[in-house]
Amino acid sequence: MQKLVVIGAGMASGRVLETLFEMDPAAYEVTLFNAEPRGNYNRIMLSPVLSGEKSYEEIVTHDDAWYARHDIACRFGEKVVSIDRANRIVRGEKGDVPYDKLIIATGSSPFIVPVEGRDLPGVVSYRDLDDTQAMITASGASGARAVVIGGGLLGLEAAAGLKLRGMDVTVLHLAGHLMERQLDEAAGHLLKRDLEKRGIEVLLKASTQKIVGTDRVEAVELADGKRLPADLVVMAVGIRPSAEIAKEAGLAVNRAIVVDAQMRTSDPHIHAVGECVEYNGTLFGLVAPLYEQAKVLAKCLLGDTDDFVVRELSTKLKVTGCDLFSAGDFAEGETREDIVLRDPGQGVYKRLVIENDRLIGAVMYGDTADSNWFFDLIKSREPIAAMRDTLIFGPAYQGGSPLDPMAAVAALPDDAEICGCNGVCKSKITSAITAKGLTSLDEVRAHTKASSSCGTCTGLVEQLMSLTLGDAFDPNAVKPMCGCTTLAHDDVRRLIKAKGLKTIPEVQQELQWSTPNGCAKCRPALNYYLVADWPDEYADDYQSRFINERVHANIQKDGTYSVVPRMWGGMTSAKELRAIADVCDKFDIPAVKCTGGQRIDMLGIRKEDLPAVWADLGKAGFVSGQAYAKGLRTVKTCVGTDWCRFGTQDSTGLGIRIEKFMWGSWTPAKLKMAVSGCPRNCAEATCKDIGIICVDSGFDIHFAGAAGLDIKGTEILGHVETEDEALEHVVALAQMYREQGHYLERIYKWAKRIGLDEIRRQIMDDHAMRKAYFDRFVFSQKFAQVDPWSERVSGKDKHEFQPIARLDFAEAAE
Amino acid sequence: MTIIEKPWISVGRIEDIPPLGARRIETGFATIGLFRTASDEVFAIEDKCPHKGGPLSQGIVHDGCVTCPLHNMVISLKSGQAQGADTGEVRTFRLRLSGGEIQLSGEDLAAAANAAAVPA
Ligand code: SRM
Ligand SMILES: Cc1cc2nc3c(=O)[nH]c(=O)nc-3n(C[C@H](O)[C@H](O)[C@H](O)COP(=O)(O)OP(=O)(O)OC[C@H]3O[C@@H](n4cnc5c(N)ncnc54)[C@H](O)[C@@H]3O)c2cc1C
Ligand code: SF4
Ligand code: FES
Repeated sequence: MQKLVVIGAGMASGRVLETLFEMDPAAYEVTLFNAEPRGNYNRIMLSPVLSGEKSYEEIVTHDDAWYARHDIACRFGEKVVSIDRANRIVRGEKGDVPYDKLIIATGSSPFIVPVEGRDLPGVVSYRDLDDTQAMITASGASGARAVVIGGGLLGLEAAAGLKLRGMDVTVLHLAGHLMERQLDEAAGHLLKRDLEKRGIEVLLKASTQKIVGTDRVEAVELADGKRLPADLVVMAVGIRPSAEIAKEAGLAVNRAIVVDAQMRTSDPHIHAVGECVEYNGTLFGLVAPLYEQAKVLAKCLLGDTDDFVVRELSTKLKVTGCDLFSAGDFAEGETREDIVLRDPGQGVYKRLVIENDRLIGAVMYGDTADSNWFFDLIKSREPIAAMRDTLIFGPAYQGGSPLDPMAAVAALPDDAEICGCNGVCKSKITSAITAKGLTSLDEVRAHTKASSSCGTCTGLVEQLMSLTLGDAFDPNAVKPMCGCTTLAHDDVRRLIKAKGLKTIPEVQQELQWSTPNGCAKCRPALNYYLVADWPDEYADDYQSRFINERVHANIQKDGTYSVVPRMWGGMTSAKELRAIADVCDKFDIPAVKCTGGQRIDMLGIRKEDLPAVWADLGKAGFVSGQAYAKGLRTVKTCVGTDWCRFGTQDSTGLGIRIEKFMWGSWTPAKLKMAVSGCPRNCAEATCKDIGIICVDSGFDIHFAGAAGLDIKGTEILGHVETEDEALEHVVALAQMYREQGHYLERIYKWAKRIGLDEIRRQIMDDHAMRKAYFDRFVFSQKFAQVDPWSERVSGKDKHEFQPIARLDFAEAAE
Repeated sequence: MTIIEKPWISVGRIEDIPPLGARRIETGFATIGLFRTASDEVFAIEDKCPHKGGPLSQGIVHDGCVTCPLHNMVISLKSGQAQGADTGEVRTFRLRLSGGEIQLSGEDLAAAANAAAVPA
């Protein structure tokens, strides 16, 4: 097999390898060097990682398994020092590798402004995960201040992320308006205003003189003498292609490595791809053209031919809430005309640049819904005279009545580009959906790459899915929590942690809820997330709980309540049964029933009587069974070794132990468990959220079963030998679910979303992780394990149970 | 009706209702829910959902509305009208706040009592 060596595991080379293996998995034996101590990830998504909207794991594009599957020799964390072209050998820091073909994909490095103090600790650039983590760490200190040098794409994404993390942020920009390479002055001004509204300070025409500090950075000094205190300085002024090793090896290098349309350098055995190349005098800084290059290069490596062509590019900023778009050429000129639309009230600005009856440039701020349509017009160079008057209003106004957004997508031509990053057109998406039977956004991402890079085209892709699949497509996965926000559950959970939000009003304020105090859908969810994330600090908001959890009983159809005391593991006694019988008599309780959860339900109790009913039950030793809770419900057991001739372990004892350990804990949705003494499984453990089947050699732990709206047998988590281990694993699993589940999402749905293997890895294999989950659960129980009934018997929330007034007619008429 | 002779009837103080919460008033003829919003407005409506009679005072209060605890119908506290795609209406009672004291309209109480006494 031919030997292919690749220098740099970044976005460009990653795409080359993917395409190569898709076309011919057996053509090359690959060695992959990367200076970063990790493989390929979606670099452009570092901004959401910085802001806390995504985790690093979510942006990894190639994991260990992928590299293993393709037999790639990975040399991560190892820099290539030089290339010996005569002998065709690449020299890494830890040894040489011979090549038949070599790809240089070293990307670029951040440009560091040559000012005094640039080497001080606390001065970072913004290029890779380490930079991102350094920024996240710096933002952790309370009241920390950041100065971002550079008001371009990168600098602004850094500023917005740091602000979301709670830092005081100032952006210094040398030019007269922000993002001057992509935006005109008017749009730059609107952008500045929006950033300032978020509390980011922006200084224009600000020239950095020096960075001040003794042991670490303390301030930034400007040319006009102004001094800005800073705990973190981010340099984001530009990039410089990484072409040193190519230059030293004697390859043709201008500003970057010179390549031809087949991505060949001046040495036919060596190719280059990505930000480190220069083609026809053009340099590259966005992924869309790099992916084009990657495709061409993969083909050339297999002996096919294809030519790389430079196309129009468009830019979007990945700062949630700042909608901007720019494409083409928008410099002013004698032969050019402008069409401008402004709506200052809405903060909308649109400008089209026209030359010789063709659209050549567009800048939009505030409303970018039609940007793809304009971008298509720029690329197609279609004459626009016929629609010139209404052009700026977008496709909806071009003849006939306004179209709805779906119709607008339907009307797009087949070759209209939907995903700019990956160059995916409409027909590629629709035909993949039909041919491969794709039904979810993730599948479309996996098969077409559309919407898998920066994600700004996700809405369009979803509309295409709806068009193609009709009602069969349910974009639920990415649905916002409720009508009060555009954020999905995951985003909200992550932002609560990232920004340290600790009350419901704070969440609503910081995350820009569109309603003053939420609704019956989001408030209980937020209340749960805060209870789960800050067990010691958060004061439970009872007005945000559903009535059952507010009064610790189940509301019935006639407005009365039912009461279910705990019977640990389903065990009871004559004394307990007698107390229940007495309560039923005393309060005239009309119905008593054995529940499906191995305990007794008293139904039809008047709300006013609840505290007195509980007081009597409490005297007999009962606590609330939480039959109403999104929390631990029951742990069903069978009789096990105590009585049963087949029992292998003390299933009753273990069930009771688990229930006593875990009662009172709140979970995303209800949590039901069971322990069976042998595989005959009389406690029905294999359809529970978590179940244990005792066997001779120990305990099989099951999870992710369901027996309600859906019926689903459990999955195996793993096997453990002792009861102590069983408890630890079950508790850790429950805590992992508590930290990650969406409100009302049962374990089986959560597990499907996270992946069974990942859960097994964290709970069964990663001992430190399991221990940490366990410890966090134990900590949270300190605050959760308070019997709500005895609390209320002692007077808590008295107002809940008594009317504020009783008026009878006579009194009113007095 | 004598009841009209006393136009405003005190039923309690605003502090007795938790913000975004509710209390009930028992009368011989109906249960009335008293609701307090985030901006400290107070509303009184009959505690009976137009859908299947759910006790609205046990629901979650948000933005001048309450969501019924039984099947999630959303009712406007001000107009008593079901919101969104649902239809239905509950009786509302005028009230006034006098130095934190909640006073219900005697006229509205009388009308409700009459309606209950003489079922249509
Ligand atoms: C009382 C009980 C029925 C009985 O008489 O046996 C019961 C009663 C209710 N169940 Fe249940 N479920 C009861 C055992 C079950 C079981 C059996 C079990 O736990 O082994 C199941 C199937 C197992 C499961 O959960 O997967 C069960 C699946 C459901 C579901 C479907 C949940 C799902 O995610 O698929 C609901 C609806 C929901 O939660 O949204 C539900 C909802 C309800 C509610 C809370 C309906 C409601 O929202 O008001 C009922 C409350 C009645 C009340 O006021 O007491 N109940 N329910 C059982 C109480 C068990 C206990 O002691 O705590
Ligand atoms: C925060 C951020 C946000 C961005 N947002 C967008 C966006 O929204 N849209 C967009 O189109 N683009 C965006 N970009 C730009 C985009 O990420 C780059 O264009 C793209 O990553 C370049 O790909 P590449 O493969 O050429 O280089 P890289 O992805 O940088 O990969 C190069 C790799 O080579 C390694 N390397 C370098 N030298 C050596 C050596 N001597 N030996 C071994 N390994 C070496 C480096 O460590 C690096 O891992 C963004 C960039 C950043 C940093
Ligand atoms: S199955 Fe459960 S939810 Fe349905 S009526 Fe019976 S108790 Fe109620
Ligand atoms: S009774 Fe109120 S929604 Fe059904």
